[in-house]
Amino acid sequence: MNNTAPVAAQAIDIEFVSDIVAQALRAGATDAEAVFAEGDEFETLVRLGQVEQLKEAGSRALGLRVFQGQRTASTTTSDVSPEGISQLISGAMALVGITSEDPCAGLPEAEDFGSISGDLDLYYDDVYSLPPAERIEYARRAEAAAMAADVRIQNSGGGSFDAATGRKILVNSRGFAGESRRSSCSISAQPIAMSPDGSMQRDYWFSSQRSLGLLDSPESVGVEAARRTVRKLGARKVPTQKVPLVFAPEVASSILGAILGAINGNAVYRSSSFLAGKLGEMVGGTNLTVIDDGTMVGGFGSSYFDGEGLPTRRKVVLDRGRLTSYLLNTYTARKLNMKSTGNASRGLAGAPGIGPGNFYLEPGLKTPEQIVAEVPKGLYVTDLIGHGVNIVTGDYSHGASGLWIENGEFAYPVEEVTVAGNLNDMLHNISEIGSDLIFRSSVACPTLRVEGMTLAGE
Amino acid sequence: MQPASPDTRKFFYEHLGLNDQILERCLSEALSAGGDYADLYFEYVTASSLVVDESLVKSASHGVSAGCGLRVVSGDRTGYAYTDDLSPERLMRAARTAALIASGPSKQQVQGFREAPTADLYPVAGAGSDGETAAKLELIQRANHAARAYDARIAQVQASFADELRRILVAASDGSFATDTQPLARLNVSVIAKEGTNIARGSSGGGGRVLLDFFLTDKTPEYFAVEAARQAVLQLGAVPAPAGEMPVVLGPGWPGVLLHEAVGHGLEADFNRKKTSAFAGLVGQMVASAKVTVVDNGTMPNRRGSLNVDDEGSPTQETVLIENGVLKGYLSDKLSARLMGIADTGNGRRESYQHIPMPRMTNTYMLPGNDDPEDIIRSVRRGLYAVNFGGGQVDITNGKFVFSASEAYLIEDGKITAPVKNATLIGNGPESLKYVSMVGNDLQLDEGVGTCGKAGQSVPVGVGMPTVKLDKMTVGGTGN
Repeated sequence: MNNTAPVAAQAIDIEFVSDIVAQALRAGATDAEAVFAEGDEFETLVRLGQVEQLKEAGSRALGLRVFQGQRTASTTTSDVSPEGISQLISGAMALVGITSEDPCAGLPEAEDFGSISGDLDLYYDDVYSLPPAERIEYARRAEAAAMAADVRIQNSGGGSFDAATGRKILVNSRGFAGESRRSSCSISAQPIAMSPDGSMQRDYWFSSQRSLGLLDSPESVGVEAARRTVRKLGARKVPTQKVPLVFAPEVASSILGAILGAINGNAVYRSSSFLAGKLGEMVGGTNLTVIDDGTMVGGFGSSYFDGEGLPTRRKVVLDRGRLTSYLLNTYTARKLNMKSTGNASRGLAGAPGIGPGNFYLEPGLKTPEQIVAEVPKGLYVTDLIGHGVNIVTGDYSHGASGLWIENGEFAYPVEEVTVAGNLNDMLHNISEIGSDLIFRSSVACPTLRVEGMTLAGE
Repeated sequence: MQPASPDTRKFFYEHLGLNDQILERCLSEALSAGGDYADLYFEYVTASSLVVDESLVKSASHGVSAGCGLRVVSGDRTGYAYTDDLSPERLMRAARTAALIASGPSKQQVQGFREAPTADLYPVAGAGSDGETAAKLELIQRANHAARAYDARIAQVQASFADELRRILVAASDGSFATDTQPLARLNVSVIAKEGTNIARGSSGGGGRVLLDFFLTDKTPEYFAVEAARQAVLQLGAVPAPAGEMPVVLGPGWPGVLLHEAVGHGLEADFNRKKTSAFAGLVGQMVASAKVTVVDNGTMPNRRGSLNVDDEGSPTQETVLIENGVLKGYLSDKLSARLMGIADTGNGRRESYQHIPMPRMTNTYMLPGNDDPEDIIRSVRRGLYAVNFGGGQVDITNGKFVFSASEAYLIEDGKITAPVKNATLIGNGPESLKYVSMVGNDLQLDEGVGTCGKAGQSVPVGVGMPTVKLDKMTVGGTGN
């Protein structure tokens, strides 16, 4: 690496981004908001013990949103030179005239701006501390552990070690300026197992953290990936029936993800959500409490300020079954005559969207093993595929595979079935919630047992 | 065929300060540690979008993105680096980073490029002039009006127009050199219908590698708007979808997403080279009924999945995947072609300069058969007729795939009856198409809305199919 000394590049700081906002005002904008994002990534993939892919790169880009009264337009560029910025601004000003006066458009009120004080532990420079050879070794060890775990595993999609860092600056013309950094790294393994009849199954496991020091060992990732893969061998279809379904945490989060989509302010103000207009109503069982918290130290969904410069916060979304909050940005809050919940998400392009902080279902008391042991006959769902959630109606239908439960024990693997219901019913029919709440991403859910859904198979 | 476009090359050289010597130096640097092959992929994309929502022009945006991806291949190993700073120093640095994959003596210097003539499948125009913005806006305002006028129950309408112009330049250490300028446009309409507390959604859209005039003559905003509104109103009266195995009739066009998921992904060469696909080793075997012939064709004029050259600079082609039920071959890029000793089918694609190319589909469809679509419906006593779908997904290793019906009807005693709610259909790739018993004479391609995801990369694709009957498939509803 000694021949890859960095080439001097212009440092971009808050002052640089503030100047873009100032230039936009001089060009005729009544308000402006600029965002700068840069990131570096390193990816390595090892397959069958050999390095297959190495990727290393960095990129940066700017986004600008301008207002003229209550009209708005936006532009982005990867060209951070003075000419690039000049075009960024002139492009936005050329577009803003064709948009409509929208009474709800505009930046947040100045008194609402803010940022979490204290350190949320979102950035660790140790993710890049490993020399390239050791990064490769992490990936190799994860795959090797998976392949050594079972003789039926003779092929692999590979083992990987990835790391990334990002920096973001947000400045607007009403006085907000913020900068944040984040890091992440992950190890994964994807073994492939074969049955004597030649049929194959694959699965995957990973550990993802903000700091290298917090990662699980490559060996434990590989062994867990192998366990998940071989248990699928010999899977079969089962007849169509209604049985209790136990959703493993990795797939239970799809139900939570559906709630997340349904309380998104954009869906709510359009009435295009099965939860629209139900604030204050019981929408699920009294055992359901759902939290959105952007302030958790080290959380995958944590941030100091949201995509519009408002402080993130903790809110109860479902309080013992009662819908208590939507997730809103400034625009959707104005549409609904409410206050933003600090959930604006801002990419580079377009208006801010809405995203969660750390979004989770509060855990129950039983272990997953206890929950499975109480099912006389049903399916333990380990995988879901497809895009089968209709947020408007609540209709839910996914391809599924998993393990058949007979008298509280796993009997055989199941595949090529679907699981279906309607979320309005499903949220009232969650009969058990596991104690196993673990954050592997910003949305986390413990094991769930759901009654009354239809399993379709043979 | 036409001579290679000198304009695209000139654009990169003048606009971004490149020349043959810089490209040669970068490629030589990329092979300085002994790789077998290196290539440079320059990309310059301008994109714009307009949205009319609640009858207001709520959003107008424009973006420019430029960068270069550098790849070094050594055996079956790939080193990759990219940069959005296109100065010679940064390009050389990225070349050195990509070269880290190889370890050996430097390969010979790269000297001179040959640019082959390419196809001319789509128009090229300067996108994004102010006059065009006004014309695009008028298109989606027309769509908004048409959707609202369709039925009093239409409560919400969002109409959007998104287009981009993507210029690429690919230069490789084997001397190959290609450029292309690729337009892509899409008009979309999404509506909510409301009747009391009953709410449903509908959406429609289309486009391709076309200019604005396509939406004035071929497929108008009103066409898409009425389609979206019709679907939403229809869904207000939908009954629960049935559950279990039954005969399924798929309508023509977009239901071809079945082929994309059931066989297309499983036939991408990388999965077969690594033997991770359920189709690995099945070339020459029956994987579908003898009535089934499936092709991937990147050379169809103006289609969303078409390309004059792929993202490795290779010409696209029509590739037969399944012929009369027999598996014929795979979709390949340069790397898999070399390692497997098969032809490069021109399917090496990537999302952007930040991504490593891999085998991807272009436009994938089933050739028409002889059956009258009405006879196909009449042949079913009890089953499902599905004509529109949301997305699909496949596990290429065990072959299980799903696709979600967004417009479907019960078939009872040979007649189409009640519309049903959204339901997922599930099947097994190497098995499902063996149950194809009737193939219609009505091949259609989709309207130009498909986006395919693989390993985190999205690329535009097309699908198509005639009306097809599968004797059995599992339908994931909740009804009886």
